[in-house]
Amino acid sequence: MNEDDVDRIDRNRRHFLSVAAGVTGAFGLGALAVPFLSSLKPSARAQALGAPVEVPLSSMQPGEMVRVLWRGKLVFVLRRDESMLGRLQDSVAELRDPDSQVAEQQPDYAVNDTRSVRPEYLVVEGSCTHLGCAPLEDFEVRPAEGWNGGFFCPCHGSKFDLAGRVYKGVPAPTNLRIPPHRFVRDDLILIGQDTGAA
Amino acid sequence: MDKPKILLTVTAVAALLFAGQGYTAGSSVELEPADIDPDNVASLQRGARNFMNYCSGCHSAEYVRYNTIGKHLELSEEQLIDNLMFNAEKTFETIQSAMPAADAARWYGTAPPDLSLMARSKGSDYIFNFLKSFYVDPTSPTGVDNTVLAGTSMPHVLWELQGFQKAIFSEHTEGEVTTEVFEGFETLVPGSMDAEDYDEFVRDTVNFLAFISEPIRSDRRVIGTWVMIYLLVFLVIAIMLKKQIWKDVK
Amino acid sequence: MARIEAEVGKPQGGFMKWIDDRFPFTKTMKQHATEYYASKNFNWWYIFGVLATVVLVIQLVTGIFLTMNYKPSAADAFASVEYIMRDVEWGWLIRYMHSTGASFFFVVVYLHMFRAMLYGSYKKPRELIWIIGMLIFFVLMAEGFAGYLLPWGQMSYWGAQVIISLFGAIPGIGDALVEFIRGDYSISDITLNRFFALHVIVLPLLLIGLVFVHIVALHHVGSNNPDGIEIKEHKGPDGIPLDGVPFHPHHTSKDLIGIIVFLMIFFGVVFFAPEMGGLFLEHANFEPANMTATPEHIAPVWYYTPYYAILRAVPSKLWGFVLFAIAVVLPLFLPWLDRCRVRSIRYRGWMYKTALTIFVISFIALGWLGLQPAEGIYVRAAQFFSVLYFLFFILMPYYTTIDKTKPVPDRVT
Repeated sequence: MNEDDVDRIDRNRRHFLSVAAGVTGAFGLGALAVPFLSSLKPSARAQALGAPVEVPLSSMQPGEMVRVLWRGKLVFVLRRDESMLGRLQDSVAELRDPDSQVAEQQPDYAVNDTRSVRPEYLVVEGSCTHLGCAPLEDFEVRPAEGWNGGFFCPCHGSKFDLAGRVYKGVPAPTNLRIPPHRFVRDDLILIGQDTGAA
Repeated sequence: MDKPKILLTVTAVAALLFAGQGYTAGSSVELEPADIDPDNVASLQRGARNFMNYCSGCHSAEYVRYNTIGKHLELSEEQLIDNLMFNAEKTFETIQSAMPAADAARWYGTAPPDLSLMARSKGSDYIFNFLKSFYVDPTSPTGVDNTVLAGTSMPHVLWELQGFQKAIFSEHTEGEVTTEVFEGFETLVPGSMDAEDYDEFVRDTVNFLAFISEPIRSDRRVIGTWVMIYLLVFLVIAIMLKKQIWKDVK
Repeated sequence: MARIEAEVGKPQGGFMKWIDDRFPFTKTMKQHATEYYASKNFNWWYIFGVLATVVLVIQLVTGIFLTMNYKPSAADAFASVEYIMRDVEWGWLIRYMHSTGASFFFVVVYLHMFRAMLYGSYKKPRELIWIIGMLIFFVLMAEGFAGYLLPWGQMSYWGAQVIISLFGAIPGIGDALVEFIRGDYSISDITLNRFFALHVIVLPLLLIGLVFVHIVALHHVGSNNPDGIEIKEHKGPDGIPLDGVPFHPHHTSKDLIGIIVFLMIFFGVVFFAPEMGGLFLEHANFEPANMTATPEHIAPVWYYTPYYAILRAVPSKLWGFVLFAIAVVLPLFLPWLDRCRVRSIRYRGWMYKTALTIFVISFIALGWLGLQPAEGIYVRAAQFFSVLYFLFFILMPYYTTIDKTKPVPDRVT
């Protein structure tokens, strides 16, 4: 081996060790970043506060709606009467997604004509899919205006029907979101959880 | 040894001195070591049961969530709900006492302190000895006093287990001043447990208190070991790199 | 690092040229890393400057993450720290790193200052580096003090009570000053809130600024070395000091070893002894602040205790405070108190060596005594060591003048 070879071997070794040290150091920094970023996730307290919410139904009259908060989000629980349910099919042609095909907007069990577990009860997030304003309920039917009853967003005029389905020609792109929920008993809905023990 | 080395040694010795600096929890009585085993899950489970049955009636542990206990003590959700959760419905709730603090303050003169951090502020040995050192004192409103914390307003909650004991004091006169020196205990009424079982009972309870004062204690030691292994590997690479780079420096 | 190394020094084109035309990147890298020459004979005492920077970064990063969950109010502070310790995922690690980092900051800075005393690093032309360094130390003391109030435990509260009351010793304005610092008639929510502002904004900004200036000044005059000689006086034909090696990659690769060893000790404490037997996290501080009951034994955190012991050794409030203040400020004058012609302890006589040894022993003894109760033999001992502490500085012009020195070599050994 002449001197050049020794030099080259040294250079290679040095290059190899530099890369090894760099990789090991980067691994350490990366591993250290995990706890720091994880600390920004919802804490145990946030999870406790974001626990499922129970809504008793026993005192709800047909046509009545209650508002509850789940994880700080507004949720409407609407008990639809016969006439409301009957009107659901009337304006299907004017809806953007009448068959609830945008999968993220509802759990699978709410992909049906009424977007609900039990047709009578609509559980829907009160957050307009345009920019998050809270829609107002307007259940009065006004044939002159072509209004069949539903939800109306005061911010930019988006309109939704009595199943939270969005009309065509408004800024909101999709139907109102249906949160996970299930019936614990006939007169008790649990919002935020759809399987497992209460 | 050159100068810097001597000074380094001095520094190291000083550091040891500082670190050996124990602490006294403000008691003149010599404390018997509690000798708890934080890795003994069975002991912690017994301690949790003791705590819920005998402590949580009056004391809260407001920073501790039931599901934290369940996770570290290897208890299922059912076990947790059935055996430990007397004052709560949901596993994510924190441990609140059954007794409202305002009432407690009226009944005992001072509200029973929260126990979340008691083992960290007072030390396990202190609590261990405190729970063993109630003695009959007819002049006290609760009928008992304590050699570890004289004048405590806590009643002897565990009397059924330990029984009642008498404290023996001897008087020492030095000039004008007479001081009472604690000599030992004498059993008046035996409890349902003998001394050894009672020690074990208190030890489990203190073990649990130490656990809730820092629930991640066992986690951090496991993670710490991995961090040390990683740093050791990194150290070897760094030493090799340094040698290579300094090769040409005469 | 390897990338930068490869690109520095050869003619640049493309992206690096674009940058360098607009920002002196390559020039800065050369000036402060690849062509900053420091003596090749640095020993491990020279690691503490780098380590102080490492701890500073640790404190800044962990501190930012702590503020995301900490609540600076008397009602919520204590609970929010426990919230971080229990409910925030990995919050315990971030908090322990910060509390351990605080203690290690002082360990590292004290050793860094001691290095300067060993090798005369404060002597001409490095007086200003030393003075800036001392300012960093003062800000650090204030930073640690403000930070210690934030957990709002018993020690936080009563420790702050005692230290703030110190200022009451100043004649005339004392009481008004104390009220001004607290912003209230006692330490309260208001005090906590402003200490939070000081701890997370004012003092860290100052600290970063001073550290920057400290390094700029150092790189202007060049680093000292264990022989205390100027390596710039012997340059090769290429203008590079014969005894110098570039900071990068030579010193950086060496520092990396020191940093890893430091991290092993640091994380050893974080993971296996975060309370350090009650020295880093004091037991009484696991009890929320209680205005009606002082803990039986209060002492400041260990890094203030040498000065605290001096304060308590004097049986007068005013003079205790005065001597305490002088003890803190005195090292600032080292460059002018030290009259010795040589810098390094290697070539100094027995007098300075003895004096420095006594000084170190006194400082450590005072630190230990400051943790003990202020009674009997402890006070006597504190008085004894306080006298030694002051004598080290007061007699310095004398003993450094008459001390016999050894001949200093031309080149580093």
